[in-house]
Amino acid sequence: MTDTPTGGDVRLTGISKTYGSFTAVHPLDLTVPEGSFFALLGASGCGKTTTLRMIAGLEEPTTGTVLLGDRDVTDLPPHKRPVNTVFQSYALFPHLDVHENIAFGLRRRGVRSVRRQVDEMLELVQLGDKARHRPHQLSGGQQQRVAVARALINHPRVLLLDEPLGALDLKLRRRMQLELKRIQTEVGITFVHVTHDQEEAMTMADTVAVMNAGRVEQMGAPAELYDNPRTTFVANFLGTSNLIEAEVVEVGADVVATAGGGTLRLPADRCPAPVRAGGRLLVGIRPEKITLAHADDADAIPSGRNRTAGRIADTSFIGVSTQYAVDGPAGTGLQVYEQNIERDPRLVPGAEVVLHWNPAHTFGLDAAQDVEAGAPTVEGAA
Amino acid sequence: MTTATDTPPRAGAAAPAVRRRSARRRLVPYWLLLPGVLWLLVFFALPMVYQASTSVQTGSLEEGFRVTWHFPTYWEALRDYHPQFAKTLLYAGTATLLCLLLGYPLAYLIAFRAGRWRHVLLVLVIAPFFTSFLIRTLAWKTILADGGAVVGALDALHVLDVTGRLGWTEGDRVLATPLAVICGLTYNFLPFMILPLYTSLERIDGRLHEAARDLYASPAATFRKVTLPLSMPGVVSGTLLTFIPASGDYVNAELLGSTDTKMIGNVIQGQFLRVLDYPTAAALSFLLMAVVLVTVTVYIRRAGTEDLV
Repeated sequence: MTDTPTGGDVRLTGISKTYGSFTAVHPLDLTVPEGSFFALLGASGCGKTTTLRMIAGLEEPTTGTVLLGDRDVTDLPPHKRPVNTVFQSYALFPHLDVHENIAFGLRRRGVRSVRRQVDEMLELVQLGDKARHRPHQLSGGQQQRVAVARALINHPRVLLLDEPLGALDLKLRRRMQLELKRIQTEVGITFVHVTHDQEEAMTMADTVAVMNAGRVEQMGAPAELYDNPRTTFVANFLGTSNLIEAEVVEVGADVVATAGGGTLRLPADRCPAPVRAGGRLLVGIRPEKITLAHADDADAIPSGRNRTAGRIADTSFIGVSTQYAVDGPAGTGLQVYEQNIERDPRLVPGAEVVLHWNPAHTFGLDAAQDVEAGAPTVEGAA
Repeated sequence: MTTATDTPPRAGAAAPAVRRRSARRRLVPYWLLLPGVLWLLVFFALPMVYQASTSVQTGSLEEGFRVTWHFPTYWEALRDYHPQFAKTLLYAGTATLLCLLLGYPLAYLIAFRAGRWRHVLLVLVIAPFFTSFLIRTLAWKTILADGGAVVGALDALHVLDVTGRLGWTEGDRVLATPLAVICGLTYNFLPFMILPLYTSLERIDGRLHEAARDLYASPAATFRKVTLPLSMPGVVSGTLLTFIPASGDYVNAELLGSTDTKMIGNVIQGQFLRVLDYPTAAALSFLLMAVVLVTVTVYIRRAGTEDLV
């Protein structure tokens, strides 16, 4: 292969998809750099799978172009694109054994001797002893690995993964996440992974694009997205956030705001929303960044930390940590995760407490947004 | 049972009760089988035995028939009527092939492309069953009538030249030729081909087509390598449901054919009802059954369906 430097980039420009009056994907620009592990993350129906299928050629975009490297593949049918897909349900051919499933793509392209390559692939996915099994004789995890091998053997420019781990149970899913990551590192092919599981996206991908209602909300490295979300959707969908409605009093190197009678500070560069004194702002803080102190010890809290008072409404012990819900003037149901290192026995429901955290961990969001956007709902909890 | 009386009821009664219930549960499958087995016994096994005994009898209607274990009847039947056996296999086989060629595209269309018309089309497939088999076959007499529009069109398109050379039609006639019999058989058994084909095609996961396309298979290769192999159970059951009854059919040959197009079914009917040579008729029935069984067994072996899931 004589790849130009942009040989394996996937570039979507102005790509959109509408079904009748429903817009599944709004015009979207996206560049997936060659060799990266890219995740499209979003709830079901956000347009992530449609985007993936447009790259595969299984769905025709309403507008826009799909470029693989410098080649416009928008009008190419799926069987002529150097792209392969790992389907959500695996879609293994039930009438062919594992060996023939994996060899399928090579045979269609007229490769005569497939044995060596198939054996290598079986080795890669650690299924060497299952070559002559039929798909229905394999476990879910094994079928999943066959689906990966069947796609990878073709050395595609891009491997598309459509919620490939959705059907697996939690433990297996964790193992397969590491496995896929290992395979990607080993083969160096660009992976575009669609998932609704934010933990999965953060564990595996170098870059995550969070999608919501047919648009990309934010894109970046997992840690960057997590620490510095730019919308309430990202703040709530990626982990949990406490969003406190506050009034801005001063804008300088730090933004100073008041909420529930207390003062909260955050660095101005962690506040993407346009702020002005007297305006409103959502002050965000991740639950694990907060330290909980009993009200009696409030004097011992170092100065310079953001603080807000409250009363513990609920606690739940989950082994490595304890989760507290705190009601206070700044907000109700503020989440605090404390590591179970030295548990203060006074921190029980009803106790008066002070929440304090480093202002550097605070982020600010535009208060015009829906505070609940992206937060798990009862039906979305699954 | 004895323990139930010896031990206190509280501890002991439970165990035999459970045992009795599980014993009853084990019997359930046999109870469910019973009606079917009885039906098979009375309407299949007993008539078979009766026919088998008839086929080795000698005698006449006036003197009465007696079992004399006269096996030569079989050889004589085969010697006298092997041309009709050959025609039966030819007509039924050709009709089955035509059913497959006509039925597969239709079943494919209904299964994958019909959308909301699917159920309407399925009803149309079985709609002919609302009319009697005989009336539909008689209608074909009109359709294929000498000098009719169909024959005229076939003649104009030079189709009759080709079929004439194959010996399937004579001059500008279609009625009373092998082609007419094959047409009748094809028409009458087409739904028995389409329905199993549809069932097996409809079961194929559409994502397998996408997977094949994704793995560099052109639409044609997708059909050859994925759709067709996965629909083989339907092909096999469809051809069997068409070929087996078509081999035993005599109505189409009777109504649409001539004395030259007699199938084995016509011979058996004649032996039973006109010649009143019951032993020969019974022997022919068994021979037909044997021929069909052998043909089907060879076919299933070659199609290799036991391999399919």
